[in-house]
Amino acid sequence: MSENISNNNKIVLPIGPQHPSLDEPGRFDITLEGEKVVNAVVGVGYNHRGLEKVCESKNYIQDLYIIERVCGICSHSHSTAFCMAVEELAGVTVPQRAEYIRVVVAELERLHSHLLWLGVACHEIGFDTMFMYTWRDREKVLDVLATVGGNRVNYGINTIGGVRRDFNETINSEILKTVDSLEEDIKRYLEIAMTETTLISRLKSKGKLSHEDALKYGAVGPVARAAGIAIDIRVTEPYGAYKEIPVNVITDTNEDVYGRTAVRILEMQESINIIRYCINNMPEGTLTVKVPRRIPAGEVIVRVEAPRGEDIHYLRSNGTDIPDRVRVRAPTEANWHGMKHMLKGGNLADVPITIAAIDPCYSCTDRAIVISSEKNTEVMDWRGLRRYGIDWYKKQNIDLTSLKIKEV
Amino acid sequence: MKKTGPGRITFRAIKNLFKKPATTSYAGKGKPCVEKKYRGRICYDKTDCINCGLCMRDCPTGALKIINEGTKEDKKLKAVLNVGHCIFCCQCVDSCMKKCLTYSQDIDFATTNKADLTVEL
Repeated sequence: MSENISNNNKIVLPIGPQHPSLDEPGRFDITLEGEKVVNAVVGVGYNHRGLEKVCESKNYIQDLYIIERVCGICSHSHSTAFCMAVEELAGVTVPQRAEYIRVVVAELERLHSHLLWLGVACHEIGFDTMFMYTWRDREKVLDVLATVGGNRVNYGINTIGGVRRDFNETINSEILKTVDSLEEDIKRYLEIAMTETTLISRLKSKGKLSHEDALKYGAVGPVARAAGIAIDIRVTEPYGAYKEIPVNVITDTNEDVYGRTAVRILEMQESINIIRYCINNMPEGTLTVKVPRRIPAGEVIVRVEAPRGEDIHYLRSNGTDIPDRVRVRAPTEANWHGMKHMLKGGNLADVPITIAAIDPCYSCTDRAIVISSEKNTEVMDWRGLRRYGIDWYKKQNIDLTSLKIKEV
Repeated sequence: MKKTGPGRITFRAIKNLFKKPATTSYAGKGKPCVEKKYRGRICYDKTDCINCGLCMRDCPTGALKIINEGTKEDKKLKAVLNVGHCIFCCQCVDSCMKKCLTYSQDIDFATTNKADLTVEL
C-alpha cells in the first residue's frame, strides 16, 4: 500500500477485478483523499467472449441463439434487435400478433430486470429486507416467463420473421393476474422510496451525473432519464408494436442514484400498463412470416430500448446465409463513460452503490481491446507466449519446464 | 404487499410450523416437475425423416447428428444427440419440415461419465 501513497496524501485503492460487492469482474482504481474520491479509473475487459466473431462463422438462425446469450437479463432485447435487423435486410413485415407478443415479453423482461436491480441496489446499501421482497416478486415474473417461453431466462420467443410461441387465454389470464399482484407490490416500493428517510438520505446526491454531463458522455436508459433527458427509443423512434401502444417517458430531475431508483420503479408501473394494453388489444393472426435463408446484401442499424437503455445492433450482409459483420453495442457500454464522473466527489462507501446504479452488465459490454503504449510492443504466437511465461516464472524462482502442456 | 404488524408476523410464524416443506424431494425419489412448455431433451421419430439435414444445419452448437447407416434407397436412420453440447433451444424442432423431432420434458441427464452424454434418440 505504501507505494500507492503519493506525496500529497492521496491513496490509490484498487478495487477488483474480483470483489464482493459486484457479481462480475471489473477493476476500479479509486484515488482517495481521506474518504473523498478524487479520481477513478474504470477498467473493464475481463469478460471478453468473442461473441461477435462467432456470429460471423454461423448462419443467421444459429446466430439468433448466440445473440440471445449476449446478456442473461436482457436476452429478449438483444434477440429482438437482431431479428429486426435481419427482417429489415430481408424486406419482410412481421405479423402484427408477433409484434405484440414481442412487446409483452420485452415488458415482462423489463419488470424482472428492474426488480432484480432494485434488490441488488438495496443489498448494496444494506437494506436486505427490501432485497428479499423484490427478489420474491421477481420470481412471479420469472414464473410467467417460464409459462410463456419455457425458460426462466433465454426464453427463445423470437425467431427471424416472427415469434415461436403463441399466447392463449390461460397465458393471458395468468399474465394479467401476475401484473395485478405486482402492481400492489410496486406501489408499496414507490411509497418506501418516496417516504423512507434512511433510504432517501442514503441515495440522495450520490453518484451525481448532471444533465449536461449525461448528454456529453452519452448516457442512456434510466441513467439519462434520471438526469432529465427524455430519451426512450420506444417513444423517440418507435419500433414494432410500440408505434401503436401509448408509452410515457419517465424522467426525473434528481440526477443521482435516488433519481435512478425512482425512474426504475415508475417504469415498472408503465410496463404493467403496456402489458395490459397489449393483452387487451392483441390482434389475431399468424405468428411468423417466411424469411429466405440467404439475406440480401446490405447494412442496417437497429435501436431497441432494453431495460438498461438503448441497445444498438449493426448488421452487414454479403448476400450469403452467414453475416459479414455483427456489432452489438450493449447499453452498459454507453453508461461506462460517465462512471468516472459519477464516482468523483463521492465517498468511498458510496462507490459500490454508484457502480451498481447504472445496472452494469460487464460481459455484455466487453469487446476485444487494443492496448497501445509507448513501450516496445511485440506480437507473440502461442509457443512464444508459453516460452515467455516459463522465463518469467523462472525469474521468480518457480520452475515450470517439467509441466507438460498440450501443444496447439 | 400489506403492512406488517407484530400480530400478523406471529400468526404467520405459527401457521408456517404446520406447513409442508416448500421444496420437493429429488434425489432418488421421483422426477423434477417442469413447465409444460419447457424445452427438454428432443425426441426423434424416424418414420417420416427424409434426412434433409436442416436440423443439423440450424443447430447452433452442432449437438445433433442424423446418421444414415444404410444406403440412399434403403435408409437406416438414427439420431445421435450430445446433451452436453445441446443448449435446448429446440431450433431443430422448428426447422424440421416433416415434424420428426419433438421436445420432451425430460431434463434428467446428470452422469459421472462424459461418454454417457452422447445418447441415441
